[in-house]
Amino acid sequence: MATPKTDARISGMGHSMKRKEDPRFIRGQGRYVDDITLPGMLYMDIVRSPYAHAKIKKINTEAALKIPGVLAVIDGPTLEKYKLHWMPTISSDTQMVLPIDEVMYQAQEVCAVIATERYIAADGADAVEVEYEPLPPMMDPFKSMAKGAPVLRKDKKDQKDNIAFHWEAGDRADTDKALKAAEVVVTENVYLPRIHVASMETCGCVADFDAAQGKLTVYMTTQAPHAIRTVFALVAGHVGLSEERIRIISPDIGGGFGGKVPVYPGYVIAVAASVVIGKPVKWIEDRMENLQADSFARDYHMKVELGAKKDGTMTALRIKTVADHGYSNASANPSKYPAGLFSICTGSYDLKHAFCEVDAVYTHKPPGGVAYRCSFRVTEAVHAVERITDALAQKLNMDPAELRMKNFIRPEQFPYKSVLGWEYDSGNYAPALKKAMDLIGYDALRKEQAEKRKKGELMGIGISSFTEIVGAGPSRDFDILGIKMFDSAEIRVHPTGKAIARFGTKSQGQGHETTYAQIVAEELGIPASDIQVEEGDTDTAPYGLGTYASRSTPTSGAAAALAARKIRDKAKQIAAHLLECSAADLDWVPGKFFIKGVPQKSKTIQECAFAAYTNHPQGMEAGLEATHYYDPPNLTFPFGSYICVVDIDPGTGVVKVRRFVAVDDCGNIINPMIVDGQIHGGLNQGLAPALYEEISYDDEGNITGGSFIDYLVPTSLESPNWETDKTITPSPHHPLGAKGVGESATVGAPPAIANAVVDALRHLGVTHIDIPITPEKVWRVLKGKGAAA
Amino acid sequence: MARHKISVTVNGAVREAEVESRLLLVHLLREVFRMTGTHVGCDTSHCGACTVILDGEPVKSCTLLAVQADGCKITTVEGLEQGGKLHPVQEGFTEKHGLQCGFCTPGMMLSSVALLERNKNPSEQQIREAIAGNLCRCTGYVNIIKAVQYAAEKMR
Repeated sequence: MATPKTDARISGMGHSMKRKEDPRFIRGQGRYVDDITLPGMLYMDIVRSPYAHAKIKKINTEAALKIPGVLAVIDGPTLEKYKLHWMPTISSDTQMVLPIDEVMYQAQEVCAVIATERYIAADGADAVEVEYEPLPPMMDPFKSMAKGAPVLRKDKKDQKDNIAFHWEAGDRADTDKALKAAEVVVTENVYLPRIHVASMETCGCVADFDAAQGKLTVYMTTQAPHAIRTVFALVAGHVGLSEERIRIISPDIGGGFGGKVPVYPGYVIAVAASVVIGKPVKWIEDRMENLQADSFARDYHMKVELGAKKDGTMTALRIKTVADHGYSNASANPSKYPAGLFSICTGSYDLKHAFCEVDAVYTHKPPGGVAYRCSFRVTEAVHAVERITDALAQKLNMDPAELRMKNFIRPEQFPYKSVLGWEYDSGNYAPALKKAMDLIGYDALRKEQAEKRKKGELMGIGISSFTEIVGAGPSRDFDILGIKMFDSAEIRVHPTGKAIARFGTKSQGQGHETTYAQIVAEELGIPASDIQVEEGDTDTAPYGLGTYASRSTPTSGAAAALAARKIRDKAKQIAAHLLECSAADLDWVPGKFFIKGVPQKSKTIQECAFAAYTNHPQGMEAGLEATHYYDPPNLTFPFGSYICVVDIDPGTGVVKVRRFVAVDDCGNIINPMIVDGQIHGGLNQGLAPALYEEISYDDEGNITGGSFIDYLVPTSLESPNWETDKTITPSPHHPLGAKGVGESATVGAPPAIANAVVDALRHLGVTHIDIPITPEKVWRVLKGKGAAA
Repeated sequence: MARHKISVTVNGAVREAEVESRLLLVHLLREVFRMTGTHVGCDTSHCGACTVILDGEPVKSCTLLAVQADGCKITTVEGLEQGGKLHPVQEGFTEKHGLQCGFCTPGMMLSSVALLERNKNPSEQQIREAIAGNLCRCTGYVNIIKAVQYAAEKMR
């Protein structure tokens, strides 16, 4: 869809409309959760465990309670009285809200102090004395899954080992056979480290229980307000908080990226405190709490094996994964897919034999892992297949671009049924890679590399040709805690022709207020500037599962289009009534019905809207509004090809990304400016784990990377000047031909960077380096090969 | 804890307050003066979401005590728009899509304003250096740089 169907005044799809949310943000008038102040509001601060594993012998609150302004200390036994000391995770595991006598990870919530002021709450938390008896922590998932390891989850009656779940996809025996028969097999152990979303705004809430009405309102940093309301009702229904008495309001959110999907203990404690004390209670995490205790992402140890013919034809892929889930499986995955959509691991390649399996293991680390800007473990899958593809190219001494071209699923094979069971909706991979190669000047770079190598200079070129799987999802397969993963839109056109549209999703910076308005504008011809978009208030918006997994455009975006089409159908009947003709005699251009062949005899959508309230046809319901719950027939499969050029300093091991070209295909585009912005940001969040970010633990269970001092979010100085372009292959099943886009770059970028670094060191016999590729790691490799300057 | 009377000029208006010694400047602005455009994103002065301009210099208001600002002139995001006219930096951020979630934006804009006040014609590298103390998780910085370049051109 190259040319927009609407003009700039209407600004439907394809216009780079300036964002409707910007005027408040550039004036500092955004309303984030910590900006909310209610009369009589109290503050909560949390006491956290310094140990990864310990018995709690005693919690002494005496000194804390003596501080003027400290009103209460809430601990596990307090919550136990209301049976609120445990809660379910979104993945149907369980997790402590507050412990009774044992802590299971460093920074775990131990108790909470409620006070009249923020600083006094912190004083109170400092004054609480907790006596611990430290116990040995289990920090290594491989040791944890070994026979005879002590069972960590003694609270789970049937748990006899430390396996949270085992999941597999594909035909094991068939794949084993195909790998045995392969002329060439490459194997790499690939670790994707534990990382954190590190959204600039941390998590928090203001819980406000109105005793007179028996109603709880929670202003909360959540990407999924409706689902959270249901979870709250399931957790606290027995104390009278049934679902009609709960209102979740998700205000402006300062970045989510998957980290604001789970329910954290702090939310539940704040709610309990507000209910018990009868006043609003605010809880805002600080950055260290955020990095140390909130759900992590990744932590996948993958053994990846790829078989091929000598000519480079890929034949079989096998991936065996150990997933460290920490103390509880607090993933936010669809019920049927405990390892998410990891089975997209055959990627962009026409593989006939594949098998993958995941063993999820408990350890004494914080629970997780969330889908960090990634549609459920897709980043892991893409890293595995794109890395092993380069390893095969290296083994066969083939150009990695040529090897990819040879194995791509061909355009005529779409819709393509993958051996692991997915039906790829559409794709055209070779032109995207070709475009990226042309843009970056691939052949010239290879020549430059050969010359530099002669001089001992280290330069590498890395490719990633990824396929994503986003937009969960069809209700036959996708649910979270039983709730099907449809999503919704409700549109009301007012008598004066302006409209309000409400959605079950929730923007965290993606620009929904603009893009949803553009979709409605596209379908109804009402200017996008006349359409107010609202999300995040469960009392007003239709039910939906929220924004993550690049699902907003594939689900709610489709719902917006279909709700708008219902309205247009009704408006057409009204236009026919006003023009005294049959609806069959009418044609439509954006914003206007006219009698076929008589364009001057027309009625605008605004005239139809006015008539819907002032002069509607007898027998027709008044008003002009519609709701649609969209159940997608399939997921969408955006793709792209990225090429990265790195230079490595042989003296220090520092990797510099010289250039990075990203060619993305997300089908038809709603707002090109916003799509570009999504790609830029995603690329930075791919750069981050590739070169800088990691959360790891020492043997005692102490976190490294628990503050911005050592969790290295890239600044403007490390971030390259991202170069973006696109191809357009519409989704055949989405009403607008669109696909999700928010996560493509986070998923696609890390292997391009890792492949570039390995490519720079290929002549030294290096076949793999785990991310983050820090200067130290590179320097050690160079030193080991005698190549450090 | 000792309390101190302080007087600061915020966006041109003289404001007085009696504060505890330990009160951070960012909390003076956000909680005492109820100007919530200045944000808190970390505890270690790395993220820059709390950046304000104090006597002409961009500072991280989470790392200054309110009492240290006694007698100072402060510009916050709320003071950028003048007489209903956006500051060129504000205009640049929206024109060039230099913001997404908006959380880092006030601090990012104030670092940019401070840069343009001392350097009318910054190079891309100088812009990158000027905003290196402000983390953005959403934009990848490319469009922020374009926004500052847009503003520089407008201000020349």
